[in-house]
Amino acid sequence: MFINLRRIIKFGWQNLFRDGGLAAATVFILVLAISLATSLFLLKDIGQFLITSLQEKADISVYFKARALEDDILNVRQELSKIPEIKEIKYVSKEEALSSFVEKHKGSPILIESLEEVGGNPFLASLNIKAFQPEQYQKVTNFLDNTLYKDLIEKVDYYQRKPVIERIFSLTSIINRSGILLSLILAILAILVTFNTIRLAIYNSGEEIKIQRLVGASNWFIRGPFLVQGAISGIFATLICLLIFTLISWQLSPRIEFFFPGLNLFQFFISNFWTVVLIQLVAGVGLGIVSSAIATRKYLRI
Amino acid sequence: MIKFEKVTKIYSNNSKGGHQTVALEDISFEVREKDFVSIAGRSGAGKTTLLRLILAEERPTQGKIFFDGEDVAKIKSGALPEFRRKIGAVFQDYKLLPSKTAYENIAYALEVTGASEEEIARDVPKVLEIVGLTERANNFPAELSGGEKQRAAIARALISRPEVILADEPTGNLDPYHTLDIIRLLLKINELGTTVVLATHNKEIINSLGKRVITLEKGKLIRDEEKGRFIL
Repeated sequence: MFINLRRIIKFGWQNLFRDGGLAAATVFILVLAISLATSLFLLKDIGQFLITSLQEKADISVYFKARALEDDILNVRQELSKIPEIKEIKYVSKEEALSSFVEKHKGSPILIESLEEVGGNPFLASLNIKAFQPEQYQKVTNFLDNTLYKDLIEKVDYYQRKPVIERIFSLTSIINRSGILLSLILAILAILVTFNTIRLAIYNSGEEIKIQRLVGASNWFIRGPFLVQGAISGIFATLICLLIFTLISWQLSPRIEFFFPGLNLFQFFISNFWTVVLIQLVAGVGLGIVSSAIATRKYLRI
Repeated sequence: MIKFEKVTKIYSNNSKGGHQTVALEDISFEVREKDFVSIAGRSGAGKTTLLRLILAEERPTQGKIFFDGEDVAKIKSGALPEFRRKIGAVFQDYKLLPSKTAYENIAYALEVTGASEEEIARDVPKVLEIVGLTERANNFPAELSGGEKQRAAIARALISRPEVILADEPTGNLDPYHTLDIIRLLLKINELGTTVVLATHNKEIINSLGKRVITLEKGKLIRDEEKGRFIL
């Protein structure tokens, strides 16, 4: 039993190297399939990041009249925080509004000058509100329309921002859905291409398998080396893919971070390194073994 | 040891509207242990089908084939490898594994039986010597001549000490010099105690052997003679 296993592994290894060109082609296709699996994993996370950062941008602000006292505003906040649909409320005082404006526009002296022209602090205190879902903003707005402090509210910018907010949320759900669909199609494509490549490679060995049967080799003794070959090809493909992805994410990370601040691809890749290795090994070795098993079945019926 | 009882083999061809080809018809004969039997006949007479039936590559349409008293058609697929190890087969097209060297091809027949490395290292060189291929042991089949390939194939058939060697036109692709070589080898194997069944359409070989000849024509057994001659 043990000696058979050793022989099967030896033959698998030997066939792989004596069949150089074919083996290289198989490994290459496996690399493509594994790369796809890995990309899908990484893209899923990047997509999630994009979706969250887009949703972050959807919010409404309630501006209070200049005579409103800070205590009153904090009371409003207290009331609002009782609404379960609200994710986050941020109080922006007059001073903070002014300093963030100055900070934001320090490069354009005209705006700063005009601010000095006006004199004093023209900004209003506000509450910045974020909800979980876009339709929940309507409820918040209704609440503000009926509150005791209604007189203190200068304006709620919901109606202005409504179309933008809805666009953002519909966009994120499209990204989500099309991402899943695309991943599915690509995954099926990768599996089919890999399976067919391995099938063609084994088709070449059809005659050989028949000879082995006639010489008295048992099915497992014949099939084994092909499975070993598939597994070794998968391992090689995994190593190549790991190298490629480490290099790419390391090289591209700064550029991606430039476009999407806060998204560090390399950091993400490294922190999920073992998950990535697992995905690649399962995809590569699994595809190699399963395809070989199915492809040899046909020739073993003599 | 091999017994055919009223064996008929019909190939049905579905693509030609159920047209049927009768490859063998009502064949009965027996091969005794240590026999050297030649199966003579033109191409298409049914010689190859007969050997394929013994190897259980095909099942008979009617009749029974016994090997050591065992009904060949009743051997389960899983038990076939075990059964085939009792038979050494040699083919016209050699059927060597192209990705293995001559040595490895021969060793393979032992490896499938689970033989130990020591056994393999001891037996393979011996068999290589018997067939005169010691020098070419590490060459791949593509690097061997026709005669050398056939000797390698015979060595592979011999190595697991089979009870019988089936040779299907082993000299079909060889020149007269190498043909003689192979036939001498088969005779030597037979003298050492192995049963040999040789299928051939080569008149000179059969006439020079002076052994038992079974003649087939159009799937029928027309003659079975001890010390027979090639008459068609």
